[in-house]
Formats: sequence, structure tokens, C-alpha cells
Amino acid sequence: MELATDIWVWVAAILTLFVYSFLIKDNPLYKFAEHAMGGLGVGYWTAVLFYNVIIPDFWEPLTIAIRKLSMTPQNFDAFMAREGFSQMPQIMQDFSPGVSILLLLLPAIIGLLLFTRYIPKIAWISRFSLAFYLGAASGIAIPNTFQTRILEQLRGTIVQDAPDGSVVPLFSFDAWRDFFAAPGIETFFDAISGPLLILGVVCTLSYFFFSKEHKGILGGMARIGIWFLMIGFGASFGYTVMGRVSLLIGRVQFLLTDWLGVAG
Amino acid sequence: MRRQIPLVIVFVVGLFGALSYFIMEPVIQDLREQMLTWLRIIAAFALGLGIASFLRNHGRRMTRQVPGWGFNVVAILSFLSMTFIGLVWGIEEGTLFRELFDNAQVPMEATMFSLLAFFIASASFRAFRARSKEATLLLAAAVIVMLGRVLDFDWLSGITEWILEVPNGAAQRGIIIGVGLGMIATALRIILGIERSYLGGE
Repeated sequence: MELATDIWVWVAAILTLFVYSFLIKDNPLYKFAEHAMGGLGVGYWTAVLFYNVIIPDFWEPLTIAIRKLSMTPQNFDAFMAREGFSQMPQIMQDFSPGVSILLLLLPAIIGLLLFTRYIPKIAWISRFSLAFYLGAASGIAIPNTFQTRILEQLRGTIVQDAPDGSVVPLFSFDAWRDFFAAPGIETFFDAISGPLLILGVVCTLSYFFFSKEHKGILGGMARIGIWFLMIGFGASFGYTVMGRVSLLIGRVQFLLTDWLGVAG
Repeated sequence: MRRQIPLVIVFVVGLFGALSYFIMEPVIQDLREQMLTWLRIIAAFALGLGIASFLRNHGRRMTRQVPGWGFNVVAILSFLSMTFIGLVWGIEEGTLFRELFDNAQVPMEATMFSLLAFFIASASFRAFRARSKEATLLLAAAVIVMLGRVLDFDWLSGITEWILEVPNGAAQRGIIIGVGLGMIATALRIILGIERSYLGGE
């Protein structure tokens, strides 16, 4: 047994034990870890968004655009070299410096208007920001969702990409020919997989079709859809359980190996 | 006026967002690209709103000294220290910020999720009673997938993969298409002003 000497391993081990103490009952140690996790999480995203969004998408292009407008070309080149900017930001390549400044200040103003909800008299102004965000996000989402969630999924239900790069239909007579030529479990599953996938997708969608009462053919298809959904939920549940168990194994391994040094 | 202007904004901006996908004019595409950047910037400001709410909520409990207010101090101090360390010394690999994230945040999150392994066991006991044909299918699929992830038999791994790819794949694909249609319908409702819950009640 060789205890860890790294202070960070001790921090991680103690916080891990604090969280596991919840298995006995809700207690102050767990509450400490819970609140610390919340605070650290918010702090993490604040710093990450600051460095990954505010600086590259807003502050740097704005600074460059303002300098471009206010400096001579020689001074501007010297500024770019001194600050380590190898190329113009995308917005400056697409628009003039004046327009760029306007296009950068507008989202900042829209973002700041969100805070008016803390001033009751002018709280209604925050709706403008919300309306802009929702409108833009909804508008952009329509074609993107149609492309990725509907067309691509329908394509995947009709054809599949073969390893050699060609596109083959999901319902293939060749697979059935292979099965009849050499009957076996593997060739059987190869043959039924495509038709079963098509049937599954159509029947699952039938289950979600509520504009007509689930009777007759639609009712039968919806029932088959429920079977597919149940298998899907069961598989997802089993997959999730195993994911959680492997996380548990990982944490126990960390405590025993990295912290206490009694295993591994 | 206070309700009409947001509806006009949503309609105009939403229409541009949707149509700009199909118009290949460079200016339109540049504006569309810029709109995506705007969304990121506004989302960053919205996080500021979340932070303000976080601080207000915890701060109020702290100042009123409600029972357990010490934990609110922990939450605020954790937030302030993580933010300060990140903003002052950077967030790259090897910084104190990264060490804190890797050795405090990640272990706590992993442990929190692994706790669910205990609770999910009792949940499975209740969910997995083969009371009907559908419940039996759920039970069988879950048991096969769980065993297939643990036992090292080729045939079992094959069945597990097949279940995950074919019947599960079909169900997931149906759900994805259904959700996609729902998303488009909701987006259209927002753009056309039918869905107005974001305006709040007045």
C-alpha cells in the first residue's frame, strides 16, 4: 500500500468520498460537494465562453476594426504584428471596418438588453433580445433540421454506404440470395436486417402519427412500432446502466489504485 | 407595441435565417455566417444572465442566513475562484484552472453519475417486471445488452450489436425523424407568431 503524494489526487479522492457519502444518507459532506460542483461548473463555463466566444468572436475583431479605422496603414500593420494577429478576422474580410464595428456592437447591445429584465419598469425590452435569438435560432434550425434529422435519416433507411464507397439499397435481394445459397444464422440476420430496419422506422413513425385513430392497418403498424420502441428503450436502458456501472468501476479503481495504491 | 415589435423581429429574423440557407449570394451567406456568430455572442451574454441569477439566488440565501447558508457560500466561492483563476491565468492545458477542472469538477461529476448505478438497479427491479408482451421485450433487450457488454462470448456480442443496430436503430431513427418534424413545427410556430410563450404573460 502506497498512498498518493500528489495533492490533486487527494483533492479528487476526498471529493469522490464526499459524493459517495450520499449512499448512507443526505449529509453536509455531500451538500458541500454538490454546491462546490455547481459553483465550479458555472465558473468553468464562464471562463471557457469568455476565451472561446467573447474574445475571438467579439473583442478581437472589434479591437482590430477600431484600430483599422483609427490608424494609418503602417501603424495598423505594426499593431497586427505586435499583437500576433496573422490574418484579418473573417468579419473584416467580408465587410468594411465601419460595417464590421456595427455588426459586432449589435449582438453585444442585444445581449446587454437581456439584463433589462432586472429593471421592472423596462423589463419588456428584454423581449426584443429574446425575440431576436429565438427568431434567428428557429429560422436557422428549419433547413438544418430538415437536412440532418429528416433527409439524412430517410436516406439511411433507404440506402447504406458500402465499405468500398458505393451506395447499396438497404433492401437487397443479394442478401436473400446469399442466405438461400448458404442457409445459416449469419446470412439469415444479414438478409432480414435491411427489411426489418425499414419496417421498424415506418412502424415507429406510424405510432407517432396521431392525425388518424390507431385502428385497422395503422393500428397494427403502430402496435409493431411499440414493439420496436420497447426494444429500443430496453437497449438504451441496458446501455445506460452499463455506462453508469463502468463509471462506478472507474471511480473505485481510482480510489484503490491512484489514491490508496492497494491495487493495480 | 411591446408585444408586436418582438413578433415582427421574430418573423423577419426567422424568415431570413430560413431562406438564407437556399440563397447562395456571397453577401447573404456572409450575413448568415455573421448571424451564427451573433447567436454565440448573445448566448454568452445570456450566460451572464444565468450567472446573475445564480449569484442572486445564493447571495439572498446567504444574506438571510437561511438554514444551510454555509453551502451557498461554498457555491459562490467555488464560482468566484474558478472564474477568477480562469480569467487571470488562462484555461490552457497545465494551468491551475485545468487542474481544478480535471481534479475537482470531473471526479465529482463522474462520481455523481456513478451514484446512479445504485439507484438505477432499484429502478430496473421495478421497470423490468414482465407484466405484458411489451414489458417482456423491454426486459429481454436490456438484459441481452447488459450481458453482451460484460460476458465475452462472440455470439452474445453479435446479438447485442444486432439489437443495437437494427431494432434499436430503427426505433431511434423513427424517434429522430419525429423529433425533427416536431422541431420544425415548433420553429414555424415561433416564426409565425403562433407560439408566444416566450413573451411571458401580461
